[in-house]
Amino acid sequence: MTRTGFVLAQLFHRKTRTSLTLLSVVAAFVLFGLLQALNLVFSAGADFVGATRLVVQSRVSFTQSLPLRMVPEMDAIPGVQAVMFQQWFGAKFREDTQIFAFAVEPERLHKVYPEWVMPEEHWQAFRDTRTGMIVGRVLADKYGWKVGDKIPVQSTIFPQKDGSKDWTFDLVGIYDGIDEQWQRQTVGGMYINHAYFQEASQFGGNMAGIIVLRLEDPDMAESIATLVDKRYENSPDETKTQTEKDFNVGFVKQLGDIGLIVRWILFAVFFTLLLVVGNTMAQSVRERIPQLAVLKTLGFTDNAVLGLVLAETFALCAIGGLVGLGLATLLGIIVAQAAGPMLPIAIDARVWLAGLVAIVLLTLAVGLLPALRARRLRIVDALAGR
Amino acid sequence: MSEPLVQIRQLTKHYTRGKQKVEVLHGIDLDIGRGDFVALMGPSGSGKTTLLNLIGGLDTPTAGSVSVDGKRIDQFKAGELARWRAEHVGFVFQFYNLLPVLSAQKNVELPLLLRKMGGAERAKRAQVALSLVGLAERAGHKPSELSGGQEQRVAIARALVTDPTLLVCDEPTGDLDRKTADEILGLLQVLNREHGKTIIMVTHDPKAAEYAARTVHLDKGLLVDAAPAH
Repeated sequence: MTRTGFVLAQLFHRKTRTSLTLLSVVAAFVLFGLLQALNLVFSAGADFVGATRLVVQSRVSFTQSLPLRMVPEMDAIPGVQAVMFQQWFGAKFREDTQIFAFAVEPERLHKVYPEWVMPEEHWQAFRDTRTGMIVGRVLADKYGWKVGDKIPVQSTIFPQKDGSKDWTFDLVGIYDGIDEQWQRQTVGGMYINHAYFQEASQFGGNMAGIIVLRLEDPDMAESIATLVDKRYENSPDETKTQTEKDFNVGFVKQLGDIGLIVRWILFAVFFTLLLVVGNTMAQSVRERIPQLAVLKTLGFTDNAVLGLVLAETFALCAIGGLVGLGLATLLGIIVAQAAGPMLPIAIDARVWLAGLVAIVLLTLAVGLLPALRARRLRIVDALAGR
Repeated sequence: MSEPLVQIRQLTKHYTRGKQKVEVLHGIDLDIGRGDFVALMGPSGSGKTTLLNLIGGLDTPTAGSVSVDGKRIDQFKAGELARWRAEHVGFVFQFYNLLPVLSAQKNVELPLLLRKMGGAERAKRAQVALSLVGLAERAGHKPSELSGGQEQRVAIARALVTDPTLLVCDEPTGDLDRKTADEILGLLQVLNREHGKTIIMVTHDPKAAEYAARTVHLDKGLLVDAAPAH
């Protein structure tokens, strides 16, 4: 018999109770893994973009458009290398499949977002084809689109001049991300040629949802943002200029503070778990007081007994936690496959690391008090049932 | 008497129960020789289990001294005392106190977890101890699958497995029928006579005391007399 074997044998001295507790730990860590991964998905957009771009939006809301006349004014700002604008198109493909589609000027997009990589002839085709459209690789793969296809989409906002909201575009290019993180962002991207949109749409052609400035020097971000906002202060089109990262975070928060929601759910889950596992361990130690006294009689020191109880708690939390995270990883794969690229959920090393920290914290939170009680017990009193 | 293994001088023990102070032992002097088999007898509350606990290092005295094999165990700190118990004392209880989730073999191996030795060596020693008490073939059984007498034999094997200097038994036959009790007492006698184990046994039972080489009587926390060896 090894010490580990002894700890496990002690842990399962009440098989049903330990198994049920273990199940609750597993369930909690499945939730933990999935929610943590969800949190990462929603915060991922903000993590890898730098301060080399500023996003200008209406001070009121990004749903309020800005006039296109601002674009050349921003072109002229010293320190601004390139400017692009985009208008939210609100595309739907087939039934209710929402796609992130924007009307853009191809050349401006190319200059401001070098992270989108595509053969030069495709960029050229995008510039030259008024009904042209480019899409991200993941999105194209999802629907099996290829260059040359005609893609019918429906705008949820903009009707054509004949009143129809059905639009058809020519797929002239499929872009990739410059690295793995940007590649993941090709999940929802669809760009249409703004010139065609301006010409064919009943309204909105002279407006932009946001204007993006690519800076020569990231250190100038603050001064240029201040300059832009000052320039349009007290005008009908007051602006709010922020880094791309801040904009992305703000965009996600339009849906609600996912991180906060996830933290509250996890807090509730772990608080319940704390009570369940804490009660199990307290009860387990209480009913084994004579046995713990026997261990001390045999020569186990107070600290050794404390260590044994903590080891039992750790075993319970670790087995449950690791099984839970393992299941969450499998479920994550299933969910990611079912949801497709719109929810690229993945239980990666960061989630596992957070899970391991949670296991250790849970062990200490629920195991320390029973362990201290076991450490304190006096042999003669415990053996006499006092 | 052989050379004293246990030397007790002016041993006093008081307990505090709530606001009440209970005086259990009052200045006891006692020597127990190496290889001796001593029965501690006396009425309930006479202090015999308290005395046994003090000799076995399970408790510390209020005053006086307890020396075992030349070491003043009353001066040991808790950790030292625990390590000393692991090294030098084997305990046998009235209700066996085996761990129910472990097999007989693993119960016997338990004290060896405190020693630096491999699993195979632990298992081998436990098998030897179980053979010594005649239970080798029940090694895989859990306590719930054993009779009272067999459980007590496992407890004795557990006490012996570390080859302790001293075997301390608290009413080892108190929960057994006469026949089984005689078997257990016979086993203790063999361990004393043939293996030279020093045994101190608390008992209410005069018949059990007859197996000991010497009987010490306590009453109200004082030694009354010491009966000669049988």
